[in-house]
Amino acid sequence: MNAPGPLAVLVVIMPLLAAPLCVLIGRIAVARWLALLVGWASAAMALTLLAVVEANGPLSYALGDWAPPWGIEYRLDRLGSYVLLIVTLITALVFSFAPRSVDREIPEGRQIPFYSALLLAAAGLNGIVVTGDAFNLFVFLEISSLASYALISQGYDRRALYASFRYLMMGTIGATFILIGIGFLYMMTGTLNMQDLAQRLPAVFDTRTVRAGFAFLTVGIGLKLAIFPLHLWLPNAYAFAPAVVSALLAATSTKVAVYVMLRFTYDVFGQEFAFVRMPLGSILMLLGAVGIVSASLVAVFQDNVKRMLAYSSVAQLGYMALAMGLANRTGVTAALLHLFNHALMKGALFLALGALSYRVGTLRIGSLAGLGRRMPWSSAALVIGGLSLVGVPPTAGFISKWYLILGALESGWWPLALLILAGSLLALVYVWRLVEAAYFARPLPGPTEVSEAPLTLLLPVWALVLANLYFGLNTSLTVGIAQRAAAQLTGAGP
Amino acid sequence: MTAIAAIRQRDLFAVVMLFGIYSLLTAGLFMNLDAVDVAFTEAAVGAGTTTVLMLSTLRLTGRYQRRSSHSPLLPLLVVTVTGAALVYGTLDAPLLGDPGAPAHQHVAPRYIESGLKEVGTPNLVTAVLASYRGYDTLGETLVIFTAGLAVLLLLGVTPCVSQRPQAEPLDDQAVLKLVVKVLIPLVLLYGLYVQFHGDYGAGGGFQAGVIFATGFVLYGLVFGDGNVQRVLPPHGLRRLAACGVLLYGGVGLVSLFRGGAFLDYDQLATDPIAGQHLGIFLVELGVGLNVFAVVMLIFFAFSSRRGEP
Repeated sequence: MNAPGPLAVLVVIMPLLAAPLCVLIGRIAVARWLALLVGWASAAMALTLLAVVEANGPLSYALGDWAPPWGIEYRLDRLGSYVLLIVTLITALVFSFAPRSVDREIPEGRQIPFYSALLLAAAGLNGIVVTGDAFNLFVFLEISSLASYALISQGYDRRALYASFRYLMMGTIGATFILIGIGFLYMMTGTLNMQDLAQRLPAVFDTRTVRAGFAFLTVGIGLKLAIFPLHLWLPNAYAFAPAVVSALLAATSTKVAVYVMLRFTYDVFGQEFAFVRMPLGSILMLLGAVGIVSASLVAVFQDNVKRMLAYSSVAQLGYMALAMGLANRTGVTAALLHLFNHALMKGALFLALGALSYRVGTLRIGSLAGLGRRMPWSSAALVIGGLSLVGVPPTAGFISKWYLILGALESGWWPLALLILAGSLLALVYVWRLVEAAYFARPLPGPTEVSEAPLTLLLPVWALVLANLYFGLNTSLTVGIAQRAAAQLTGAGP
Repeated sequence: MTAIAAIRQRDLFAVVMLFGIYSLLTAGLFMNLDAVDVAFTEAAVGAGTTTVLMLSTLRLTGRYQRRSSHSPLLPLLVVTVTGAALVYGTLDAPLLGDPGAPAHQHVAPRYIESGLKEVGTPNLVTAVLASYRGYDTLGETLVIFTAGLAVLLLLGVTPCVSQRPQAEPLDDQAVLKLVVKVLIPLVLLYGLYVQFHGDYGAGGGFQAGVIFATGFVLYGLVFGDGNVQRVLPPHGLRRLAACGVLLYGGVGLVSLFRGGAFLDYDQLATDPIAGQHLGIFLVELGVGLNVFAVVMLIFFAFSSRRGEP
């Protein structure tokens, strides 16, 4: 057994067991600190794991010391450790943001279960990324989804309940589809371990069972990924959830779904099956393209700012689907880059909105009026995050769009490149609406003496904003890792 | 047939009863397929606890369904496509009970051949669930814990205002009371048996927790929950659920710190088989405690809201 192996388990187990510990101790202060501590410890572990995987290659850990495929295997390769780092970093920042924001939005009696559910959601996501076992993936998907439904329902607007219920319905259907898919694969191969599946599947590729299993898995993951037209749960869920939850889900949970999609299509089934024998590539490209245009158009006409950003998320997921559908190495690189950068921008944007709503309450476009002067730091964060969303050069968003266009041109799909540009213009339109409201609209009359959000809220927001700028200027880190991970996935590299 | 009847019904009370029957039939089906443990769970959870919970919900919402304004076409289309895909998928699948099927050829033989030797429990299902794939079971335990949390977040459990025994809701049902009084000790005893005998026969912590909780729920239904809440206060249950999960995770951590892998029970004692025994015993106990506490919490969450409009 190799030395850093236990880290891969601890990164999941710590938040997983911290959740019941919060409930057992039953003090809000303890829950708050525990979440913060666990969040940052996980991020530190993820960083170490990434370094180890980069240096020594994939890491495997047999749980219960039962050798795979009999026992469950934890397996981290470049792709896994890269996504794990994004998820844990965002989680840590969101947990740092949480105390003030949760105090404002959640009644005191519910704060402990709320923190506990936050920890469970994070643990579930980490578990999905680290595991090398298909059924284990489903179990952790259930943990994180269930916790997310509960978290979304805690929004102060009554509509949060309905949004959460809708997500529950669609999410459960998605999970069931994934389970059926895994069941079909088990029926044909007798194994649940992903590596083992990848080895044993080619022999039975030509059966209807495997094809149906693939279809079920793809649709199920598509529901979790909120790929157009399976995105209907997402806008309201993000719009009515508490600020912390919107930020956490928008920045991590759909990204993990993208990861699962990549893992199954490229690793378990293999590129040849997914894109040559099955028409996944063209389906993803088509749905991605339609999703980009339609969701961006809808976003332009939204009045509720959180809903606007939620629709923008659907559009951004469309970019990722498109990039995955290109099925060449640049495409996968673009998908991975956008996964990272979109987590940064949406994390920054939703947290900035959380800071604004901490002072203002419900966020309609109108209620932003004049905030540019009254809350300069939060508003500036919103603007920079927005520019990154559009893909303006010095921001991270530009880099991923650049690779996306490169990937599209490389495979000869130049109309897609135009489409990506059109999507960016639409993004510019809705981001401009925010800027206009915040800086140029006349402040609402009345006794609205609004001051800047407290420093504890601003720090995590600006950490993400600066990350947006940093990764836009210094691309060696993200592009390097994404390219190596993409090479590993597409089978061209070690 | 029961499922179709359940969809057509608008009287939700009847729907709940039909669901109960459906679950019991499914349990019979599982039994036929030699999946005793699954049948057991289905009977205890599907036919038993779920029915009670749905009934408590009905007390809050009212008995009849309002006419839905949605068009049934899109759901029907989705269901048809899904069903067709399922049938399509099974066309090439190995036949039921075919010994040459991949599911019986690859991983399973080792469980059957060396399960007894490596884990030491005659019930192979327990060996797979609690040891070979024990980490999945830890995950499932946390799913249940999360469900309990979700109910707490959504409904909250308000302790009964007066902690003294309430007026009993079924004062005139002397026969029912007598039957319940006789049944409860048996149910509880059976729960304990299933908990501690899971290594040898069908059952384990999950089923035991449900059965044990059923005993208390039964009492609560007939004699009012004031009494039950005096024995099992909700804040205590919350902690009990947490303890159950932590016990399971704790076993894993102990084996990790003893230099083994996470959940490697061999590390718990000098003799690997004894370690496996101890590990499985503790883990099942954790599952049982957690499931019991969560089911009780959910029951209270519904029943304590009865008084409100």
